[in-house]
Amino acid sequence: MDILNFFAERYNYWIFITLMMMGLYIVISRGNLIKKLIGLNVFQTSVFIYYISIGKIAGGTAPIYVAGDMESRAHGGGHGAENGGGHSAPGADGADALPGKDALGAGALHADDMPHGDFELAGNDLATLTGNAQGAHAPALHAAPDAGAPIAGAPDSSGANDILAAPALKIEEHAIAAADAVKEVAHQAGDVVYSNPLPHVLILTAIVVGIATTAVGLALVVRIREAYGTIEEDELESADNVAEFGAARAQEAVA
Amino acid sequence: MNILAQLPVIPIILPLVTAPLAMLMPSEKMGGRAPFVFATFVVWAVFAACAGLLHSVATTGPISYHLGDWAPPIGIEYRIDLANALVLTLVSGIAALVFPFSYESIRSEIDRRQISYFYAALLICMTGLLGVTITGDAFNVFVFLEISSLSTYALVAMGADKDRRALTASFNYLVMGTIGATFFVIGLGLLYQATGTLNMADLKIQLAGDKNRMVEAGFAFIVVGMGLKAAMFPMHLWMPNAYAYAPSAVSAFIAATSTKVAVYVIIRFIYTVIGADFSFAPAAFAWLIAPLAIAGMFFASGVAIFQDDVKRMLAYSSVGQIGYMLFGVSFGTEPGLAASLVHLFNHGLMKGALFMAAACVMLRVGSHNCSAYAGLARRMPFTAGAFIVSGLSLIGVPLTVGFISKWQLLAAAFDSGRAWAGFLIVASSFLAVIYVGRVIELMVLKPAPADAPEIKEAPLSMLVPMLILVAANVYFGLHTELTVDLSERAAHALMGAGR
Repeated sequence: MDILNFFAERYNYWIFITLMMMGLYIVISRGNLIKKLIGLNVFQTSVFIYYISIGKIAGGTAPIYVAGDMESRAHGGGHGAENGGGHSAPGADGADALPGKDALGAGALHADDMPHGDFELAGNDLATLTGNAQGAHAPALHAAPDAGAPIAGAPDSSGANDILAAPALKIEEHAIAAADAVKEVAHQAGDVVYSNPLPHVLILTAIVVGIATTAVGLALVVRIREAYGTIEEDELESADNVAEFGAARAQEAVA
Repeated sequence: MNILAQLPVIPIILPLVTAPLAMLMPSEKMGGRAPFVFATFVVWAVFAACAGLLHSVATTGPISYHLGDWAPPIGIEYRIDLANALVLTLVSGIAALVFPFSYESIRSEIDRRQISYFYAALLICMTGLLGVTITGDAFNVFVFLEISSLSTYALVAMGADKDRRALTASFNYLVMGTIGATFFVIGLGLLYQATGTLNMADLKIQLAGDKNRMVEAGFAFIVVGMGLKAAMFPMHLWMPNAYAYAPSAVSAFIAATSTKVAVYVIIRFIYTVIGADFSFAPAAFAWLIAPLAIAGMFFASGVAIFQDDVKRMLAYSSVGQIGYMLFGVSFGTEPGLAASLVHLFNHGLMKGALFMAAACVMLRVGSHNCSAYAGLARRMPFTAGAFIVSGLSLIGVPLTVGFISKWQLLAAAFDSGRAWAGFLIVASSFLAVIYVGRVIELMVLKPAPADAPEIKEAPLSMLVPMLILVAANVYFGLHTELTVDLSERAAHALMGAGR
């Protein structure tokens, strides 16, 4: 049973490993260039899944700021200045860019581009976060407007501890020093636990790279098809052999 | 705002912003001179910035530049110390010579309509390589690596105008390169999971004294991924075809720079991120890197002897030379690391010059087959002379840079009590004598074929950059203060950070 548990607890890694191996196998074993590219894509996607799964924190919601942020803005106006420094500016801008949110209901959850909620890292950001939460006069957690966003079901005050105890995340010293701030924030914001957004951001970049690679690869396949009239690897090879050694030698090479 | 304070970011920003402008310039009016001249001036400016950085690092110590003024480890940091200042200067210096060199060669080798795209892609490729070198953020390495790789795939494929095999070569490079980059990302993911940071200096602090299998696995993924990009034996299969069928000027640029940058990243991760005193580093050196380096030195040099195509031969020789660099790293000592860095710099100089000579032959004779080189010493004396001098440098003949790097390697080998390693280095150099000697013999002793058409020497715009690079081969062979001294200090700093 222990072994079963061992496997079951790490199911995300098994998905990652299986997909990765499948992708690599397709790249190696298929002779069709398009299939190779698809295999490559599967291989890359497996890594995306790996990154995204390590950013997940048990009971954590999507890293979208949850608090009555808009109200404080209505009162104080421009809390970006209040909270000091340019650090809070991204958060303020993000909220401005979402004017429709108020229509979702008074006091409803406000989606906001919280500047990096990576708790284990962000000494500076924590200050901002704290500031935001203090500015927020309605700390209660409300139902998510977006059904897709998982919210911590039963908020409990140990939320902050969950962040710190997140599996396999080593907490840095300066983050530990800020642990109290995290707790306070989590408490004031209705004990919301956020998943770590940094891996998601990294993977967004990697997805862009992956798409670019696939596009270049497919463009190359088009050119290969124009130049050779085929996209099967062994036929390409024999065409090259014929070009280099003449038909007779190429036959020998194949045989 | 003080412009000098922003100097570290200029080598990245300038080509990245100007590349799209180069692409918008006309390819067909004035024979595509507009994008060429524009890109060349940009690259010279970048070289000046890099040389300035090297000077400032050598005199006042490492520079840390915070992008957007976000302090590390949260913000992205460009960190320049001696080791990467040296690589930056190499990459931008080679670019500053290859760009003016490329014009005549490219016009004869690619579709004229692609000239502006060509210069845009070459600028972006250079940006990527400089970015990989300059950054202090581990994930940034991946992003810049893919920026340079993607443009390299396009550049290699542009050789299809002369030989359609460039397309399949580029496709294979794309598949292998992407696998390598993805392995690298997996490795980074494991390190991030273990530490929660991506800043290299911070990674080092977090990993100190940490022993676990996750870090070991991450390290293995990073070395394999970068090994693929660096064409470390036996992961070099993409390289001979890519170098052989790419347009000649592209071969000259990427052969001199891109694999060196990948080797630099391996060195950077071993010493700055993981630390040489990490528990498994000696085992990795002794059982993985050293045997592969030795196998590469002998196997690839041996294969090079039997190549009919001179560019393929040079590519296989590069695989062997990468072996020397990694061999130096695998000693795990300060002189060994210094020798690797010296060879990294010097090999860029010699391979650049050799591929430039091959480009001149391609322009005038129209082939990079061995037969094209027969009697070349009389037909194109300057080109043949350049090939001979840089070829001798590749072998390691005294008075050239090749001798300096081999000497440093030998000294490092004996210094660390590896007399057998010294023997292997000398023995594999004899293989270089054979494959370089074969071409030199063709050029000097064989008569040109009787029906060969009369040909001119390469145009001045190609000869001058090539001869400057050849002169650098001799200059740095005689005046070793700059390269050897800087490498030793760089190695000391890297090892010092590892202790």
